[in-house]
Amino acid sequence: MFGQANVLAAGQAAFPPSVDDFYLPAILPWGAENAPWFTKFTLMVWIAVGVLIIFFLATYRKPQLVPTKKQWLAESIYGFVRNNISVDMIGHQGVRFAPYFTTLFCFVLLTNSFAIIPFFQISPNSHIAFPAILAVISYVLFNYIGIRHHGFGKYFKHALIPPAPWYILPLLIPIEAFSTFIIRPFSLAVRLFANMFAGHMLLLVFTLGGFAMLNANAWLAPVSVVSWVMTVALTLLEALVIVLQAYVFTVLSASYIQGALAEEH
Amino acid sequence: MLFLLAAEGGESDHNPIIPIWQEIVVGTVAFAVLCFVLMKFVFPRMEQTFQARVDAIEGGIKRAEAAQAEANQLLEQYRAQLAEARTDAAKIRDDARADAEGIRQDILAKAREESDRVIQAGKDALAAERATIVRELRAEVGTIAVDLASKIVGESLADEARRKGTVDRFLSDLESTGAR
Repeated sequence: MFGQANVLAAGQAAFPPSVDDFYLPAILPWGAENAPWFTKFTLMVWIAVGVLIIFFLATYRKPQLVPTKKQWLAESIYGFVRNNISVDMIGHQGVRFAPYFTTLFCFVLLTNSFAIIPFFQISPNSHIAFPAILAVISYVLFNYIGIRHHGFGKYFKHALIPPAPWYILPLLIPIEAFSTFIIRPFSLAVRLFANMFAGHMLLLVFTLGGFAMLNANAWLAPVSVVSWVMTVALTLLEALVIVLQAYVFTVLSASYIQGALAEEH
Repeated sequence: MLFLLAAEGGESDHNPIIPIWQEIVVGTVAFAVLCFVLMKFVFPRMEQTFQARVDAIEGGIKRAEAAQAEANQLLEQYRAQLAEARTDAAKIRDDARADAEGIRQDILAKAREESDRVIQAGKDALAAERATIVRELRAEVGTIAVDLASKIVGESLADEARRKGTVDRFLSDLESTGAR
């Protein structure tokens, strides 16, 4: 939270920004390198968890048939994920998964949002550890649900053998296995991570680039201004990416569960 | 150029695609806490509220339908009662008319009877009067006749037996003359 401000104030930001800019010194012990237990990233995750818990418990402490404004807001979030993701993707039995999907959606959306909220200004999801956890949960969840629904053998037969002529199967089965059981969790995690990583990197490039040009030559000041205007524009783009990626992550998880529950291809 | 090299050299320090295991631990615990609280205390209650809302709306419709049915039933009942009351009223009117006619006939009969009775009583009284008068007249006529006869004859007809016989004979004669 304080690293970037210090860097900017000192006017000695390294340009171009590198991967190292994503590895901030620890908060506790203060300034220690490679002490990841209590950093800005873990703190932000805890803040996100705390904010979501407090928000939902506070708005839903005394639910009423005729909702208050806050209760309506909380219900709209849940209702959106429940009806527009769970039920739309999975169908009637999707209601069962709505609580998890809503939790997932809210968590990803809020942690993503930290990328453009002042003083946070970086998303925890730009460290692959957090998207990886969520992807592994989705992976375990859809496989578990598929196995429980179809039985072990039938689930893998169902997942691996597409309805195709026998002579093409030797080609298709490895592709299906690879895409379903290896690519899915990996792509889920990397998609979110890479979007957040790249988004932050872009903002760094244009923000620090402005300073770099200003420091290099005073005549470049107008270009610096252009660079910072680009930062604003990219922040708006980032806002879109934040919502979109939270939605995509949830929808893909739902679609994997739908695939595991489906009776045929 | 120098810091470019430095940056490139720094890349070997961190590989962004390798997760930091401490963050995996922290993230797992934090997300588990979030899931536990929200999935146990918040979203099931939202489902309950949704269900309650559906019930309330459906219940409201059902209640309205029940009220409508009850109102219709009451209306039918009132109509039936009204019709019944009308026939009752007509019946009561007819009864009253019949009663009035009966009473009129009764009074008429009684009056007729009374007048007959009064007329009869008058007739009886007249007859009795007549009989009394006849009886009195007979006695008086006898006395007068005797007195008259004794004055004319100049003899006393004091003799009881003779007098009685004579008077009776006279009266009988008188009556038979009157009857003729």
